[in-house]
Amino acid sequence: MLNVSSINAGYSGVPALTDVSLHINPGEIVTIVGSNGAGKSTIARTISGLVRITSGSITFNGERIDQLPPHHIVARGLVHVPEGRHVFSKLTVTENLKLGAYATTSEAEIAKRLEYVYELFPILKERARQQAGSLSGGQQQMLALGRGLMADPKLLILDEPSLGLMPKLVEEVFEAIRTISQTGVTILLIEQRVLEALELCNRGYVIQNGRIVTEGTGTELMDSEMVRKAYLGM
Amino acid sequence: MYLQLTVGGLLLGCIYGLVAMGLSLIYGVMGIVNFAHGAFVMVAMYASFWLNRFLGLDPVLSSPLVALLMFGFGVIVYHAIIGKILEGPFLARLLVTFGLSIFLINCAQFLWSPDYRMVENPIFRGIIMLGPVFVEVPKLMASIGSLIVAGLIYWFVRKTKTGLAIQAISLDRMAASLMGIDIERLNGYAFGLGCACAGAAGGFLAEFYYIFPDVGTMFGLVALVAVALGGFGSTEGALIGAILIGIIETVGGFMIGSEFKYALVFLAYLVIVIVRPRGLLGWGAD
Repeated sequence: MLNVSSINAGYSGVPALTDVSLHINPGEIVTIVGSNGAGKSTIARTISGLVRITSGSITFNGERIDQLPPHHIVARGLVHVPEGRHVFSKLTVTENLKLGAYATTSEAEIAKRLEYVYELFPILKERARQQAGSLSGGQQQMLALGRGLMADPKLLILDEPSLGLMPKLVEEVFEAIRTISQTGVTILLIEQRVLEALELCNRGYVIQNGRIVTEGTGTELMDSEMVRKAYLGM
Repeated sequence: MYLQLTVGGLLLGCIYGLVAMGLSLIYGVMGIVNFAHGAFVMVAMYASFWLNRFLGLDPVLSSPLVALLMFGFGVIVYHAIIGKILEGPFLARLLVTFGLSIFLINCAQFLWSPDYRMVENPIFRGIIMLGPVFVEVPKLMASIGSLIVAGLIYWFVRKTKTGLAIQAISLDRMAASLMGIDIERLNGYAFGLGCACAGAAGGFLAEFYYIFPDVGTMFGLVALVAVALGGFGSTEGALIGAILIGIIETVGGFMIGSEFKYALVFLAYLVIVIVRPRGLLGWGAD
């Protein structure tokens, strides 16, 4: 479904990714784990078109997307929920959600998706008319997820959805990810919470200093000596 | 007497308000301080003047057309100039509209000479009594028109899908692009809308104001002060700031002499910037 083939990318000349390759099959939950500053978010940003790659290629359903602007990539069903939530704080919850479906013109379709998101996150329905900035961190994360779903994604990239949440909410978010995945949405999950992410995923990649250092199924990685030492403290 | 002056200031303030609203919109969406805004008002005034001269259209009645033309002009200016330097160095972003302003003013001098012109036989003229105050009809029409246009722009930004997307860009550009919003296209619309505000105001002003190449400069400056007063990034604030300025200018000008009226306006600006740098309702500027 998604094929990232030996890409290099950086910020104003400073390399952030070196020769990164990964692929995602339809229906999978794939995770990228690694520590802060390892380049996890940069991978997400190159896929969604926010950062340009300097070499390599990215294809989505067989089509090259690495030179497309972000709004064209979204239109193809590849949706990126950024790290730090980035909800539109001065707009209401409903307005935020409707913006998620910006590429859709059919009012009926938007209403249908809105209903679906409210069903998945009932708290958002209760807060529908409130400004997004007045929500708690966990609710904002639900909103960011819901807003991503409004675009009717085929592949959803979630960048650190558990960042800054208390443990109980982290569980809720991971539960929601599992539910979303069961509806047939393919998920690329970028996480610092290595253990939880590896438990949830089908396959995972470990990234260090902008390079993929190992890959495998969730259980394989959890059993790997390197992962246990570096990330699980065992 | 003071009632009379306050009403006069209020009317003037509504026109300033429309100019300021456009400025605020452009700043809020793309972070550009449009120093050419006054020059846009001037271009619109000439457009009204020539529409009147050659087609016999009255400036107040032709102002929707002028606003539409200025919208198109704004979209072209955005894609030809502003969009190209938006990611450029800070100084380029700051100075590009300044250069554009000088260019437009000099073009006007070259094409139409520095002569003062006036629209002949405007439809709206004379003075009427509204209760205890005398009101000049063209000014009344201009301020009512300005309020209507300001209301339309406000409605558009708050209630339509495109307006919502424009707000999204001004709140969080990156997140907006991840929603599938085409930032370049909507920036163009926002710049066009800002120009249309200047355009409509210019159309209304042409009904009773002298038209010359430098006429917009003071309107642009006053709008800048209004936006700073109301708060960068807040369109309502810009309108309120502009009305305050209209009143300060008229009432203050009467009290200490009209040659000093702008000194008062800019003094008010200095005080606000020192006391409350974010402006009355602002959130955009840090």
